[in-house]
Amino acid sequence: MNFSPELEAKFAEIIGKYPPEHKRSALVPLLLYTQDELGKITQDVIQEVARRVGVFPIQVEEVLTYYSMLHFPKPMGKAHVQICTNVSCQLTGGEELYEQACRKLGLGHKEVSPDGEISLEEVECIGACSWAPAIQINYDFHHNVTPAKLDELLDGIRKLN
Amino acid sequence: MLYNEASPLETKILTRLFGVPNSTSVETYVAHEGFDGFRKAAAMTPEAIIEEVKKSNLRGRGGAGFPTGMKWGFVPRNSSKPKYIVVNADESEPGTCKDRLLMEYDPMQLIEGMMIAGLAVGAKKGYIYIRGEYRYLIDIMDKAIADARAAGWLGENIKGTGFDFDCYTHTGAGAYECGEESALLESLEGKRGVPRIRPPFPAVAGLYRCPTVLNNVETFASAPSILRMGGEAWANLGTPRNGGTRMFCLSGHINKPGVYELPMGFNLLRMIEEVGGGMRGGRKLKAVIPGGSSCPILTAAECDVAMDFDALKTVNSMLGSGGVVVMDETTDMVKVALRIMKFYQHESCGWCIPCREGTMWLKKILTRVYEGMGQNNDPALLHELANNMLGRTFCPLGDAAAMPTISIVEKFRDEFEAYVRRSPMANLANIETEIPVSA
Repeated sequence: MNFSPELEAKFAEIIGKYPPEHKRSALVPLLLYTQDELGKITQDVIQEVARRVGVFPIQVEEVLTYYSMLHFPKPMGKAHVQICTNVSCQLTGGEELYEQACRKLGLGHKEVSPDGEISLEEVECIGACSWAPAIQINYDFHHNVTPAKLDELLDGIRKLN
Repeated sequence: MLYNEASPLETKILTRLFGVPNSTSVETYVAHEGFDGFRKAAAMTPEAIIEEVKKSNLRGRGGAGFPTGMKWGFVPRNSSKPKYIVVNADESEPGTCKDRLLMEYDPMQLIEGMMIAGLAVGAKKGYIYIRGEYRYLIDIMDKAIADARAAGWLGENIKGTGFDFDCYTHTGAGAYECGEESALLESLEGKRGVPRIRPPFPAVAGLYRCPTVLNNVETFASAPSILRMGGEAWANLGTPRNGGTRMFCLSGHINKPGVYELPMGFNLLRMIEEVGGGMRGGRKLKAVIPGGSSCPILTAAECDVAMDFDALKTVNSMLGSGGVVVMDETTDMVKVALRIMKFYQHESCGWCIPCREGTMWLKKILTRVYEGMGQNNDPALLHELANNMLGRTFCPLGDAAAMPTISIVEKFRDEFEAYVRRSPMANLANIETEIPVSA
C-alpha cells in the first residue's frame, strides 16, 4: 500500500532511530503516526507495517490491541474529545464535564458521531493534574476547563465541520 | 507562558529557566551555566561521576526513590555489549504533571543529564520514551535534539572531549503500565507493554538485553546541577538521605494548584497553606494523596509531615512521583476509592492473575457499595482482597492498586459503612434462600 510522501519521510526518520537489527522498535510509533494521517488502522496498514519492521501481521495486531491510543478495529472521529475524570480532575469537576459532553454530543464512551466527525472518550490521567479539570481534543490540551469553555470548544469543532 | 505562577518559597534549580524567554534554545541554556555539569563530568573518571551522584543523595524521582548513584553503579564496566540510556517520560501516575514542564521549558537540561549518565556508564546512545498524549513535547524534544546536534553538543567527539553520544525520542501510545521500567523496555522494543521478570535488572539486561540506565525525566534533569554544584552542596538542599529539590505537583481543592520546586523535606501542611494558597473556599482539609494515586492516603491529622522518602515512610505512605492531591471535607472517599480502582483495573496489563482479577473484583465491590447496593461485609472484603494482592504481583501495579484501597478503607471506614447501612442488600449474606429445584 502507498503512503503519502510526508508519512514515508516520517517512517524513514522513525526507523532510522533504532539499530537495524531492532527495527521492530519502530512498530508503535509507525502505527500511531499512520493512524494520525489516515484516521484509522486497516488490515492493509497492518500488512504493510508488519512488512516494514519485519514481524508477522498477528504480532502487529497483538500490539494494536494493547495501547489505548491505537483505535482498532473501530476508528475514532476526526475530532477525538478526551475528557479526564481521574482523581485530580474528579475533584474539580471532570465528571460533570464528561456528562455535559455526553449530553451535548449525544455520544457515550468511545462512541463516534454517525458522520465520523466527532468522538468522545472518558480518559485516564493525561498529566494535567495541577491545571484540572483538563481535556484533550486530539493532541491539544485544554486546561482549567469550565462548563462554558467546554461548550465553546465543542461548538468550535461543529463549526469546523 | 507558564502554567502557574512561581511561589517565592521555591528553590529554583531544575526550574531556573522556567519563564526565561527562549528557554529551550542552546544559546539560552549555555548562557545559564548549561553544559557546565557535562564539561566537569567529561574531565572526571566514570567512578568519580558516580561517586558525585552518590554524594548528592539523589533518589529516583519516578516513584521508587532508589538511590540513583547506586543504580548507575550496577551497570557492568566491562560489557562487550552496547549500553543505553533510557529516559522514562511516560508520566502517567495520576496527580503527576512535572516531567511535562521539565521537557517543555528546559529540554537541554534533560539532554545534558543523559550525556552525564552516558559518561558515567559508557553509553553512547539514549532514548526518551514519551507518553503518546504528550505529542507536542515530542516535537519540542526533537527540535532540541536537532539543535544540540547542530551546535556540537550531541554527536561524535562532543566539544573535543572524545565522547560520542546521541539521543532520540520514542512515542508511547497510551498505557500506564509502560511507566514500569521493564514494561517500558518491552514497549520500546515494539511489543505489548508487559513487565519482565527480574533479575536480571535493566542495569545488566535492559534495552535489547544490553546494560541500560533507566531513570525518570526529573532524575536525569537533576544530574547537571549535581555535577555543577557538587554532590555535597546538592545533598545539603534537602534532608539527610534525601538530597536536593523536588518537583511537587499540587492539585485538588486548593487555591493555587501548580507545579513547584521545593527542597526535599518541605512540610506538607506548609506546602498546602503557603505554597498552594490554602484550601479552596476556606473549607477544612480532609485527606491528601502525597505522591500520586498509588500512595497510601493521609488523613488531615497525618499531614504535619516532612515531604521526603523517609519521613513519609514513618506515616506508612510514600513520596512516590510528587503528585500531591489535596481533598477537602466535602470529598466522598468511597467515590475517590472507586475512581482510583477504575484506573488501575483499566491499566492492569493482564499478565498476572492477582492484579488482573484483583483489580476487577475490587472495582466491582466498590461499584456496588457506591451505587447503594453494598453488603455488610464489603468494607472487610475490600480490605482482605486488597491485602491479598500486596506483594503477590509480577510488577508494582498490583501494589499500587492495593495500597490506596487499603488505606482509604482503613482510615475512612465509617464512610463505607454508612453507604452499606443504607443498602437494601446490606444483609444479603445472612438471608437464607431456598434454591428452587427445577422439575
